Amino acid sequence: MTTVTPDALSSTRPEVVGLSPWAWAKKNLFSDWFNSLLTVVLVTILGWFIFRLANWALTTAQWQVIPNNVGLFMTGTYPSSLYARVWALLAMICLLAGLSWGVLSRNLSTLFSRNVLIGLGVVCAFIVLFPPTRPSSLKLLPMVAIVAGMAAIGRQAGRQRPGIGNWVSLLWFLSYFVALWLIGGGLGLTPVSTNDWGGLMLTLLAAVSGIALCFPLGLMLALGRRSALPVVRWLSTVYIEVVRGVPLVAFLFMGQVLIPLFLPVGTRPDRVLRAIIALALFSAAYLAENVRAGLQAVPRGQREAAMSLGLNTPATLGLIILPQALKIAIPAIVGQFISLFQDTTLLAIVGLAELLGIGRSILANPSYLGRYAEVYLFLGVIYWFFCYAMSLASRKIEDKLNTDER
Amino acid sequence: MTQSQTEQPSTQTPSTEPVIVAKDVEKWYHNGFHVLKGVSMTVYKGEVLVVMGPSGSGKSTFIRTFNALEPYQKGSIEVDGITISHDLKNIETIRQEVGMVFQQFNLFPHLTVLQNVTLAPIWVRRWPKSKAQEVAMQLLERVGILEQAHKFPGQLSGGQQQRVAIARSLAMQPKVMLFDEPTSALDPEMVREVLDVMRGLANSGMTMVCVTHEVGFAREVADRVVLMDDGCLIEQNTPQAFFNQPREDRTKQFLSQIL
Repeated sequence: MTTVTPDALSSTRPEVVGLSPWAWAKKNLFSDWFNSLLTVVLVTILGWFIFRLANWALTTAQWQVIPNNVGLFMTGTYPSSLYARVWALLAMICLLAGLSWGVLSRNLSTLFSRNVLIGLGVVCAFIVLFPPTRPSSLKLLPMVAIVAGMAAIGRQAGRQRPGIGNWVSLLWFLSYFVALWLIGGGLGLTPVSTNDWGGLMLTLLAAVSGIALCFPLGLMLALGRRSALPVVRWLSTVYIEVVRGVPLVAFLFMGQVLIPLFLPVGTRPDRVLRAIIALALFSAAYLAENVRAGLQAVPRGQREAAMSLGLNTPATLGLIILPQALKIAIPAIVGQFISLFQDTTLLAIVGLAELLGIGRSILANPSYLGRYAEVYLFLGVIYWFFCYAMSLASRKIEDKLNTDER
Repeated sequence: MTQSQTEQPSTQTPSTEPVIVAKDVEKWYHNGFHVLKGVSMTVYKGEVLVVMGPSGSGKSTFIRTFNALEPYQKGSIEVDGITISHDLKNIETIRQEVGMVFQQFNLFPHLTVLQNVTLAPIWVRRWPKSKAQEVAMQLLERVGILEQAHKFPGQLSGGQQQRVAIARSLAMQPKVMLFDEPTSALDPEMVREVLDVMRGLANSGMTMVCVTHEVGFAREVADRVVLMDDGCLIEQNTPQAFFNQPREDRTKQFLSQIL
């Protein structure tokens, strides 16, 4: 045996050697006869599936239904003379998105790294080449430019004033009301009845409003269920258990029928609003249970330490317990938001023309009879895109909040 | 520890001014278990009191009644002239004057070391941030973790975390510090660094009540050692008398098990 000096032991960390593609495949795919067999079988099945799908998509499928109805998919029956307002809304969102991106990545050395540039290039190529975007591609390309430009500005501003993040949050908050104004009109703009709101725009509006409303409500219910005051605790528990025992469809119908009963005669809230409220009230019950799980995961000692320092109950909750509980609950909360986003498809059942509802009404049009696969695949991709974006964002937030790493 | 055993217990003699006066404190848990059976004890200003006893004897529960982390059903506790009542304001006032260090450190994992220490001064004492940070940095220097101020607790060793926890309590400038088995969750080689900080604190004249099994610390630093068993106070004496000539059989039995 050779003797090794302690220095040599401690100072050299074994090199991580990158495998050549061939060696990687041999190690991971063809290590023995059984794994080789599995690889061959799975690759064959996958390849056959992809081949059939591509074959269908390129030869049999009639994609005309998508570009011909792109306006309907995006905004429903929103008057086409007012499309400029929808473009303004999109521009505002791009502007804020770019700004946030810049502010959040102010500590990176280069904003437009190679991967980001490739990503932007892919998006631009997609916009130019993808048929449904063709008539509007001249307006979509500047949106990409706005995002990139605002990102550069946001990064600069974020570096000079670190506190600017709070202002961006405030802008997002205000933008919600500007969006409502742009869509619905009033205050100098031509009013557009909610009957004409639809498509992806309505889906996103319902999802964002639902999330924004259900979060504070769910938080209060979770705290209420753990409250020391018996009446508050019982009320929260009863609400959560009752709502969780009712299907969302029933809840949406009740929202359409029951909410007006509780309000003074003559005030009949709009049916979009009623649907959003029902959606939020429903999701809040589930969210409350997710938050409660987070609250229970915070060790008892945290509360004791905060109280022993003289912090009062609200401060203990707001500064110590909730930040930790919400961090623990992020995966579950985002899961709830994703399912809320998908639940907006049920608004079609109570007669709102959100994305899925528009898809169904297009399929009812005799000229597009039988184009189910094309339409539903297109809708599926859109839903997947937004849900995946949420899941990606949640992972980023989790990484950012992780303080355990050494 | 051997070299310092010749030192005097404490550089300052305790005064006769009481800081904590507990009279006939009785407590039952929710399940009916009688955990404190009429315990009376007075802690004087500048005194270092060590509470010992077998596990389950109620010693932790007893010192946790001093800052109302544990409610009690009978008797009275007076801290710095204020009697603990059910009034929330009254309890918060008392807690501001009583620091507590826990067995499991209980640092706030989502805040940096500096934020852990400045949190209470900023939110409870309403100090401006700059003043709180200045005081916090002094304290972190005193407990020897100044260079870790911007790390998160999860990045520190157990001994360092416990020293941060001591600094966090001291930042409120409490009149009395409670230590609830501060070294029991530590690896052996980290016990010493925490005890050194506590020793320094005792020498500076801080009033301290420590639940601990560290006999060396008790011998060397304590002004008085108390034995609790089965919810009762069995014996209290100076460390020399307590360890060398215990009066009660229960004390002798306990000491034979730990020495």
